[in-house]
Amino acid sequence: MSDIKKFMFVNRKAPHGTVYALESLEVVLITAAFDQDVSLVFMDDGVYQLKKGQQTKGIETKNFSPAYRALEGYDIEKIYVDKESMDARGLGEEDLLVDVTVLGRSEMGELMEQQDIVLSF
Amino acid sequence: MLHIINQSPLSNSSLESCLSVAQGGEILLIEDAVYAATTGSAFESKIIEAMKRFKVYVLQPDLEARGLADRAIAGVSPVDYSGFVDLAANNQNCQSWL
Repeated sequence: MSDIKKFMFVNRKAPHGTVYALESLEVVLITAAFDQDVSLVFMDDGVYQLKKGQQTKGIETKNFSPAYRALEGYDIEKIYVDKESMDARGLGEEDLLVDVTVLGRSEMGELMEQQDIVLSF
Repeated sequence: MLHIINQSPLSNSSLESCLSVAQGGEILLIEDAVYAATTGSAFESKIIEAMKRFKVYVLQPDLEARGLADRAIAGVSPVDYSGFVDLAANNQNCQSWL
């Protein structure tokens, strides 16, 4: 395809409490289906979306967290998490469902500047 | 008085406001507020401090949904949905801090 754009999805909300995380995931998968260059960012409470071990049976909602593991199959491999957000929540890379690149705030800012389109959830 | 909190402590001020205004009683953390009850969080020390004045409960199904059932702060009491009902029924008044 001739017209590939760089899309970044910025995820800043915790999963389950609001619908933002699930909605973001759905738009991400649609974007990937159009062969675009997709980057995912998880910062602030958004880092909780990637926490291992989510079990939603008790709250009777869809557990969409396994879908993050499927992103690789859609050629989405640019997954970035904010270091400060992880530290403030006591999370390390070993707590996350997928392999990620950990970035500081200024590196994250540079990456955002390089995008054609930034969508925030 | 039962204080019910449903917002994450690191992105919303409702728990902070509750802790600074309320004199005592019981606090129930539900939905995204359960993140406040987990070890390693920047809010952990404030919950430990709050437990001197309040009895703190966390809704276990919400903790499980978020993959944090193994990280509850010691001294925070887990409750299920019927425990939630008992708390509401046993307190003369409830306040939901939205």
